[in-house]
Parts: sequence; structure tokens; C-alpha cells
Amino acid sequence: MQSGKWNNNRQIGMTDGNCCDRRTERERQEQLQERRQDMADTDGRFGVHGGRYIPETLMNAVIELEEAYEHYKADPDFNRELTELFNEYAGRPSRLYYAKKLTEALGGAKIYLKREDLNHTGAHKINNVLGQALLAKKMGKTRLIAETGAGQHGVATATAAALMGMECVVFMGEEDTKRQALNVYRMRLLGASVVPVKTGTATLKDAVSEAMREWTKRISDTHYCLGSVMGPHPFPTIVRDFQAVISRETREQILEKEGRLPDVVMACVGGGSNAIGSFYHFIGDPGVRLIGCEAAGRGIDTFETAATISTGRLGIFHGMKSYFCQDEFGQIAPVYSISAGLDYPGVGPEHAYLHDIGRAEYVAVTDEEAVCAFEYLAKTEGIIPAIESAHAVAYAMKLAPKMGKDQLMAVTISGRGDKDCAAIARYRGEDIHE
Amino acid sequence: MSRIHEAFEHGKAFIPFITCGDPDLATTEACVREAVKNGADLIELGIPFSDPTAEGPVIQGANMRALAGGVTTDRIFEFVERLRRDVTIPLVFMTYANVVFSYGSERFIERCRQVGIDGLILPDVPFEEKEEFAVYCRQYDVDLISLIAPTSENRIAMIAREAAGFLYIVSSLGVTGERSEIRTDLGAIIEVVRKNTEVPCAIGFGISTPEQAKKMAGLADGVIVGSAVVRYLEKYGTQAAAPIGEYVRSMKQAAAEA
Repeated sequence: MQSGKWNNNRQIGMTDGNCCDRRTERERQEQLQERRQDMADTDGRFGVHGGRYIPETLMNAVIELEEAYEHYKADPDFNRELTELFNEYAGRPSRLYYAKKLTEALGGAKIYLKREDLNHTGAHKINNVLGQALLAKKMGKTRLIAETGAGQHGVATATAAALMGMECVVFMGEEDTKRQALNVYRMRLLGASVVPVKTGTATLKDAVSEAMREWTKRISDTHYCLGSVMGPHPFPTIVRDFQAVISRETREQILEKEGRLPDVVMACVGGGSNAIGSFYHFIGDPGVRLIGCEAAGRGIDTFETAATISTGRLGIFHGMKSYFCQDEFGQIAPVYSISAGLDYPGVGPEHAYLHDIGRAEYVAVTDEEAVCAFEYLAKTEGIIPAIESAHAVAYAMKLAPKMGKDQLMAVTISGRGDKDCAAIARYRGEDIHE
Repeated sequence: MSRIHEAFEHGKAFIPFITCGDPDLATTEACVREAVKNGADLIELGIPFSDPTAEGPVIQGANMRALAGGVTTDRIFEFVERLRRDVTIPLVFMTYANVVFSYGSERFIERCRQVGIDGLILPDVPFEEKEEFAVYCRQYDVDLISLIAPTSENRIAMIAREAAGFLYIVSSLGVTGERSEIRTDLGAIIEVVRKNTEVPCAIGFGISTPEQAKKMAGLADGVIVGSAVVRYLEKYGTQAAAPIGEYVRSMKQAAAEA
């Protein structure tokens, strides 16, 4: 039905002239293209993972989305507009910053930080949202709906909706609206309405379920702007392609600074959008270790964890087959992490696949380790990372000292940590009022 | 062949939905028996799921009450086995893909056959994904029931051609729950269905009153009612069987008048 969809070698948001070595770059693109054909066949599978397990009511909507995306990703005007939004509005490219003090303090690998925290709205979420909002607009949609956990994706969606003159409704677990009252205010300020979700555990997974329910009610004028590399095909592919700008830049920047590729690329994983964006252009380079850092919460040997790859098993939920935290009868488990952005019981299907084939490694980082890293990066580099990103920093702090001084590590700082200060203060027993 | 066709041999079929274990299995058993006694032609038994994404608030509530009551897939199979000692009308399960998948799809469907379940409705498994379940459904003679939605359009014929048991026609956009008005042109959808299959079709989503039941039964071979039945469980809990019986009687009567 959708034959030939992977035959297009153009990349989203890419305009000519930003490759450093054209010949090897072209070879690499060809390899990447082969890999793409291997990895996602026409029904959106990554190995056994992915697919589209959704109600019949939504099937024509996702097929329409897939067809529109296949068309626009090859459209030079679309790509030009998106690149302009990335560069002029979101502030891309984001810096690849050599963290000299951190490197010296840890005494091992040379550490670079990919500064997605410097983007407009303060996180990588804007990359995906600008892409999807532009796509939705081209499709004639006038209304965006979204789920949000901590509020970062909701704020990014509300931002794009304001910019493009679209209506916006954000679903947020009632628990999260209380914990992240400031982000609720930001979304309203940007013109969005925020619907508190009271069902289930009243957190991120319930917000996703409610956004899906809303989409089945109102499809013709509405696009569901999913915030991570999850859900039914084509979302995991679309979101990955819009986030792949991260690794495209990292690759160019590190080649320019160091003349070679990094030995390790590291990012935090909830659904996994900043991680897949950070990995994507390195997947074809076997010499680059890819490491995803999951949220262990209070530990992977406790029930208070959100480390899906470490503790979950294969299942079907929220439109996809992948790994999920669940009980023996397939009931989805309530998960926990100090980080609302990683507090999700599943992981994107492409990560599940990269885990299966051993191309990427997934490690679990506890609340305590993440909080220490949050504080450590603030003190050594003057950078306050999002508590999500601090999970990646925490593992970098473990791994870097074991690596040689001639080795290179790129850690994605997916967002800024201002939003987390009150929660971390509370974690340390200090009560501050925002 | 399953016994689902029997449900459509006594005039227009009336199909109530009940979530197993809401609030406990003894209540479910009493409700099923009352429904059978009062003319239900087929019963849709829900296996609760923690995150029922196709349900409105009423059936979501039933899922939460049932899980809170401690019901599990294994206990539901044992319950159906008990029911089957004397309940002879067709019974189908309605649940979500992960409940079946995590049990082991083949093991689940084989167990359906053993305990006397005739069909399986999985609202999060569309046409393109059905084969991984359908392969075992064919092997063990359990009908995998397909859904057709108001948005299905060009997909109706394709779905109808591979239909088994009965076709579940979703009356409106959105999730399950009562609606005051159903505006979809169901006649046009059913016309396409009839051209492509002999399998009977029943309309569900949003139906609660006898007037609606009569109108919908006039268009199709049967009507399915979920939320309006579950309302009685929400309201009367363990005492819901008698009012559910009365309600089923009025709805079957209305459907039969069509």
C-alpha cells in the first residue's frame, strides 16, 4: 500500500552545503539509507517492534499523516521553511560545548555537551514540534492536541501553535499539573488550554491515553502532536527524523573540532526522542558507542522505577509493540521517577530494536545519581541541566574516568533545569516556593 | 464455525457488554444470567485493562473497579468455564491487545476455545495488525471480530471481506459512552458491508435508549450496548443484576420491533 516510502534520500530540515567531506558523507548517507530500508519496512516495524495498534477510527488519520509526511519530507519548500524555523526561531544549530572543567575533574574522556537546553523553550522538544506543526498546517489542520508530562512538550506545542496561529489543547495528568504549576501557566499564557487528566494514575501515560481518546472524537481539523518517538507508525519515524537534527549537527561539529567521530554518544531515554535524535547519524558508525540512560527511580530492584528496557517486557500499548513495564497479565505498571519527563512505562520501538540487535546500550540511573549529577554540573560548568538530562550526565560521570584522555564523549543536555529547581530542593529537604 | 451466527437467528440481536469482575465475579455471573433470562442474544464480556484507550469514562470506571477487585485473566477463564455449565448463548471477549499478547496469543486463544468463548474483540487491533491474532483464531475456531468506524470509508470493503463472526459497526466518532444523537450515515456504511460479506453486523457506541435500539436495529442485524449497562453496575454495584435484567428486556423488545 505504501511502497517505496524509504526510497527518498532527502533528510528533513537539511539544505545543501553543510557536509564537511562530501565523498565520505555521501557514502555514509548511502549506508544510512540501506539501514533505513533494513529497519523500517512499510508497516513501520523496527524488527518486531512498532506497528500501529490503534482503533479503526484513527486508521485513515494515521495513513493520511503518513502520506503527507512522505510527500513533504521530500519537498524543498517544506524543508526550507523548517530549516528557517529551526535557525531563526528555535536558535539552531545548538552548541557542541567542550566541558573543560568537567573533563579535568573526571580525569578521563574529553567531554562535549550538546546544548539542546539552549533552544527556544529550553529543550529539544521544540525540534519535533516545529516539524509536526508545520506538517499539520500544510495538511490543512487548524488545531493541535498534545500530551505532556513535566510540561516541556506541552509548552513547546503551545509555542508552535501560537506562532502558527493554531488552536491548542494540552492533556496533562492532574498530578503533574500540581507539580508543574508554572508550566501550566506558561501554556495558558501562550494561548493553549490545559486539560487536567484524572483517570488512571493521573500522570503522563494517562495524558497520552486521553489525547488519543480526544483524537478519535475530533479528527478532521485536528493533528495529534505526539511528543516522543512512540505511538503508532508513522509517529516514531516522524519524530525521529525531526529530532535527528541533533546528531547531524553533533557529527559536523565534532568533525570540525576534533577531526574525528566521538567514541561515545550518550543521552537520557524516557520515550526516547532526544536519545534517538542524538544517536541517529551515528548508527551506521560501529566505532561509536551509543548509550541510553533510563530512569531507575529508587532502583531497578524496586517497584518505584521507570527503567523500561531494564525491567520491562515485550508488549503492545499506546499504538506500538515495544518493551513496557507491566504485570504478569499485561496490566501496565504504575512507574516512578523523580523526573516527570522520564516517568513513562514504555520506550520507543526503535530503541527496543537497537537494544535487541546490540547496537545501543541502555543503562539505568537512579534518582539519587541524577540529583548528584544535576548539582555537580551546575557547580563545575555553571550549567543547570534538566533532571532528565542529568540522568545522562550521571552515567557520563561514571564512564568518563574509565576512558582514556584521548577518547571523546558527546553527552546530550536535552533541556534546561530551571523547571526542576523546586523539586530538587524538596528532594534535598528544602522547601522553596516558586 | 463458532456459534455466533445463532445470536442472529432470533430476530434482531441485542448484545449487552459487561466487564468481568466489576465489582466482583459473583456479580458478573448474576448479571450475565439475568441478561440471558431477559433475552440477550450474545454477551460481550470485558476483560479489564489498566489503560483502556477506546473507552469513555463509564467503562473506564468499570475497568478500574474490576482490577481493584483483584480479577485476573486466569480467574476470568475459570469463571467462563463455570458459566458454560448452563449458559448456551454465544459469548465473546472484549479486551485490549496486550492482555492477549502478554498471556501468549496462542495460549490465550486456545484457552478461549477450551472454556467456550466464541469470539474476540480487540479495539486496538486494526485490519493491518490482525494477522498475528487471526492465525490462532482460525486454528482454534474463535472468531476475531472486526470493527468498522465512521472514518473507515475506503477501508470498509477490505475489512468486510475478511470479517468473521459479526461486524462491529462503530456508530460515531470518539470513545464508548452514551450519546443523545447519532449522526453518522450508517445506512451507507452497511450498504457497502452487505455487498462484501454475509456476516451479520451489529451497531455499537452511544446507544442507550429503546428508541435508539429500535432505530439502529432497523439498519443492522443487532445492537450492542455497553456504557448504559455498566451504569447500573456503577450505581447498584453487587445489586445490579435485577435492574440490568429489566433493562435488557426493554432493549431486546425495542430491537425486535425494528
